[in-house]
Amino acid sequence: MASFIFAAGDEEPNPLVPHLSEIILVLVIFGILFFLIRKFVVPQFEATFAARRDAIEGGIARAEQAQAEAAAALANYQAQLADARGEAGQIREEARAEAQRIVEDLRTQAQTESARIIARGEEQLAVQRSQVVRELRGEIGTLAVELAEKIVDQTLSDDVRVRATVDEFLADLQARDAAAGAGA
Amino acid sequence: MTDVSIAAPNPGFEAPGPRDFQLRDVFFGNQLLLTKAALLLVLAAVIVFAFLYLTARKKALVPSKGQYLGEQAYDFVRTGIARDSIGDHDFAKYVPLLVTMFFFILVNNSFGLIPLLQFSPFSIAGFAYGLAGMVWIIYNAIGVQRHGLLGYLKLQCVPSGVPAWILPLLIPLEFMSNFLIRPVTLSLRLFANMFAGHLLLLLFATGGEYLLIHATGPTVLLKTAGVMSFVMGVAVGFLELIVAILQAYVFTLLTAQYISGSLAAEH
Repeated sequence: MASFIFAAGDEEPNPLVPHLSEIILVLVIFGILFFLIRKFVVPQFEATFAARRDAIEGGIARAEQAQAEAAAALANYQAQLADARGEAGQIREEARAEAQRIVEDLRTQAQTESARIIARGEEQLAVQRSQVVRELRGEIGTLAVELAEKIVDQTLSDDVRVRATVDEFLADLQARDAAAGAGA
Repeated sequence: MTDVSIAAPNPGFEAPGPRDFQLRDVFFGNQLLLTKAALLLVLAAVIVFAFLYLTARKKALVPSKGQYLGEQAYDFVRTGIARDSIGDHDFAKYVPLLVTMFFFILVNNSFGLIPLLQFSPFSIAGFAYGLAGMVWIIYNAIGVQRHGLLGYLKLQCVPSGVPAWILPLLIPLEFMSNFLIRPVTLSLRLFANMFAGHLLLLLFATGGEYLLIHATGPTVLLKTAGVMSFVMGVAVGFLELIVAILQAYVFTLLTAQYISGSLAAEH
């Protein structure tokens, strides 16, 4: 190697032959640069990259959280709305049922009342009728006797035969009356 | 074109050669440590560290322009080279090495195109050998540490899923390829690209100067050729810019690939 150190002029040096000092020199300089970069440059860049990644991912996480919260609030609101709707429907149903029940009650009450009124009327009518019949039955004999007296010009009122005749007449009348009632 | 003074080698012009890469010591006459190339290596280390440190220091979540530039550059190596080659699980450990390597080589290579500096340190073979030798030691050490010596040799030399009868042929080939050829190609690729690029630039620059000023012959033809030579020199300069970036990338990418290969479970 030493022969190339002062090579000049006509003698061409071989460029492929190195000096040991060159190899050592480049390794020393490279080594120093390597340690400086490893200690002062790489950690700082990596820290910056990590911080930036965190910031971006943190932002995304925060956005996702906000979105989840909004979704939860929406679901909550919709559930409440559904509850309220259900409750309103229930109340409406109850009101309708109540109204129907009241109408039914009133109808039943009215029917009962009317039936009662009709029954009492019929009862009164029956009573009055039997009373009338009874009164007529008492008077009709008298009227018939008076009529007969006028016709035959004789007093038959205390005669037993006359009484029998009247009773027979009345029975006959009653029978006819009953037949007429049945026919009607 | 048949002019004698151009067709014949002009005795006044001395073509640039490997001799031009023998730099003088800055202070003393002999070439030892304080050469221009050595100073450029130190300058490159200072520039790389200053750039990365100043842009990394602020650590703002919303970066300024400078910080953004530094982050992009760092992330290019971290994600584009380290993570893509080595994988999510192991890459973080090797990011400092790969970041240092990429920017150190890149800045050194670009020195070849910067006026006044105009020299790529890696056009001196010794520097390229140094880095490649370091890579060789690193990826082999990682492999031995991960798999044990025998396991690592098996991983590198015995490809899986290959019929047994072909193994006697493959094992020496794989051994050569992975242990002997890798460091040679790694260093020579970087060195030769930088060397050839610098030589080309020298040739066009010195040749152009010679044609324009010193050469004797038909003036119009010589001046035209001289101007063309400078134009070519500028074009080669742009080509060198691409080569400078590409070589830094390739060297770092291959280092990452070798490390990844040493970490792999299966070949």
